[in-house]
Amino acid sequence: MAHYDGVFNALGLREWCDAGKEDGPMTMAQLLAQAQGADANETTGPLPFPSLDSLHEACGKIPQTREMTAGLERFFLDAKDSLKVVLDPLTQPLSWMLDGALWLFTSTPWWILIPLLIALTWWVSRSKPVTIFVALSFAFLGAIDHLEVAVATLSIIFVCTGLCVLIGVPIGIAMSKYDGLQKTGIPVLDLLQTLPTFVYLIPLIFLFSVTESKLYGIAIILYAVVPVIRLTDLGIRLVDKDVIEAADAFGMTSKQKLFKVEIPLALPNIMAGVNQTIMMSLAMVVIASLVSAPGLGVLVLRGIRNLEIGVGLIAGLGIVLLAVMLDRTSKAALARVDVSRSTR
Amino acid sequence: MTELATDTTTEPQIRIRGLYKIFGSTPQKVLPEVEKGMSKPDVLAEYQHVVGLREIDIDIHAGKTTVIMGLSGSGKSTLIRHLNRLIEPTTGEILVDGQDVMKMNAAELRELRQTRMSMVFQKFALLPHRTVLDNAAMPLEVRAVAEDKRHAEAQKWLARVGLDGYGPSYPHQLSGGMQQRVGIARALTSNSDIMLMDEAFSALDPLIRTDMQNLLLELQGELHKTIVFITHDLDEALKLADHLVILKDGEIVQQGEPQRILMHPEDPYIVDFIADINRARVLRARTVMQEGIAPDEHTDGEVDAEDTLESVIARAEGRTDLTFKVMRKGMAVGKLTMKEVVLALVPTVSSHERMTGTD
Ligand SMILES: Nc1ncnc2c1ncn2[C@@H]1O[C@H](COP(=O)(O)OP(=O)(O)OP(=O)(O)O)[C@@H](O)[C@H]1O
Ligand SMILES: [Mg+2]
Repeated sequence: MAHYDGVFNALGLREWCDAGKEDGPMTMAQLLAQAQGADANETTGPLPFPSLDSLHEACGKIPQTREMTAGLERFFLDAKDSLKVVLDPLTQPLSWMLDGALWLFTSTPWWILIPLLIALTWWVSRSKPVTIFVALSFAFLGAIDHLEVAVATLSIIFVCTGLCVLIGVPIGIAMSKYDGLQKTGIPVLDLLQTLPTFVYLIPLIFLFSVTESKLYGIAIILYAVVPVIRLTDLGIRLVDKDVIEAADAFGMTSKQKLFKVEIPLALPNIMAGVNQTIMMSLAMVVIASLVSAPGLGVLVLRGIRNLEIGVGLIAGLGIVLLAVMLDRTSKAALARVDVSRSTR
Repeated sequence: MTELATDTTTEPQIRIRGLYKIFGSTPQKVLPEVEKGMSKPDVLAEYQHVVGLREIDIDIHAGKTTVIMGLSGSGKSTLIRHLNRLIEPTTGEILVDGQDVMKMNAAELRELRQTRMSMVFQKFALLPHRTVLDNAAMPLEVRAVAEDKRHAEAQKWLARVGLDGYGPSYPHQLSGGMQQRVGIARALTSNSDIMLMDEAFSALDPLIRTDMQNLLLELQGELHKTIVFITHDLDEALKLADHLVILKDGEIVQQGEPQRILMHPEDPYIVDFIADINRARVLRARTVMQEGIAPDEHTDGEVDAEDTLESVIARAEGRTDLTFKVMRKGMAVGKLTMKEVVLALVPTVSSHERMTGTD
């Protein structure tokens, strides 16, 4: 006997309910109980919330919650093929880029790659302490035999951050120009940022095979693109109105205004966004290794899976070191832009 | 009394007619009420619209400095931004060289802003990420002039405003006065006839401000631009203006030759406004003199028509029984008795007060 039988009897719906009774899927409670190895087929106990499941027990016509999740599953399965036709070719270049960068970074001999990366650090940061720190960090990673995995992680970060900037800056500019777009865009960005990172992977795993590198590429980009968009939008909106007015008064076209005034003046903010984007893509690297991303994340994962505490901790330390290197370098670059542009 | 007022024989370069600006969501609906004369506070209370400008008619003549003066919120910035259509009017027409600015399409408007009008801003509005040289060259860069050509032109004007050698600096490395010199150089580089200056010197301290006013007078003596200058400072207005327009709450209270406004204020508001100025320093001999002088008439000396009363008093060494011959370009044009000079120093009562006083 179910708790809510009386309600349906009183409403005179018993016949409607019992017509065509069949076995539905499991209830949520059964599902959870199964996972815990217990039996939940009890109708005694306190009065449950009149949820879909408990109403279903009393009346077969009421759908179960599991049917909803099953429906979503079916939706994805049905949509999968048509979505794949569109998305697969669109995202294929991402796989190529990630694989290409990985190949480039891992097959280049270290005595070429590391000096190049150190030179790059110097070129963007123009800061001696930062460059020395980066060089020492590489030396340390090399000394503990983690150079190759660290460099693999770095290649993923480079590709994803580059794409985030390419995608995020134009979207941010569009949002700063159209209030309507900003209004609809901000909730989407909020969603992307608050969604637990694992949840990203769910629809992606459905759509693409786990062995394709674009899978983690998309997950990282979706998660990490948010700050670039936000800060580009903010940066352009914060550009001094007086300067914009001067640009108008001297007859600049909107294109001239964008490239000669708005983007240069918003650059410090955009760079701050890029810095955050780098940090966020690094945060996704461990999760991405769940779906075959190479690099330090794989070692962390192994540490968790096989309880190889030392392996996990050292790889974690490597990630922290990478994070600090990237952060210091991009912050130094940001400071450099800021000084030559200081207005106030 | 002579009227060296703006030369009305030539066509004005800019002609503003029946200009209204109402800020709010549906200005066209409120316009009839405003045209009927509903007051600014009433419009705000009843329709939640702000009357920015009401019934503005001004003729701006080529080669002259027209100063628009008024207190904060009187609509000066709104007015000057209509000239290059940074603000759209609610109704009215603005003719520049006979061409209606309101009927221009986007390309014509850009052409007007690029080549015929330049602007100097209160807060300088320089591009902080560009060097001083690039900033001064910006109007030519917009017109896609080659770099070496525009830099040469910018260099020339930077030198002219006293910033030789500062080309490679950035604006934030310069003092306010120097930054505004860059602003002026930028406007001059555009080589436009018309210069709009919105409180260009208001952010500067008094000494620098005087320097800049002198610089502007000097440049104007050479270049004869059509300048529209906005200020809330009467001394500055009197120093620079050929034609003075006084705004209050978006309406013109009085406009004309500044000396004439000083001698014949038509509104108690203007009387209050001019009450505190040093009349001896701003009134000129030509304003106070009697026109015409017999060739054989006895005088105690000569003064120039443009001399201030202060300098005439100094010439007379304080004596009040002297008479001077007033000269302009070597010709005697009138005579000036010290009695008239002293009388002119007494602030005029407004026509309004005069009326109530005699009744
Ligand atoms: N965008 C706007 N929306 C609504 N009202 C406005 C707007 N711009 C100006 N106003 C109103 O128009 C009036 C004139 O403003 P304006 O800025 O032209 O004054 P101003 O004479 O330049 O003053 P200031 O000396 O402070 O610069 C003010 O009452 C102001 O509140
Ligand atoms: Mg103003």
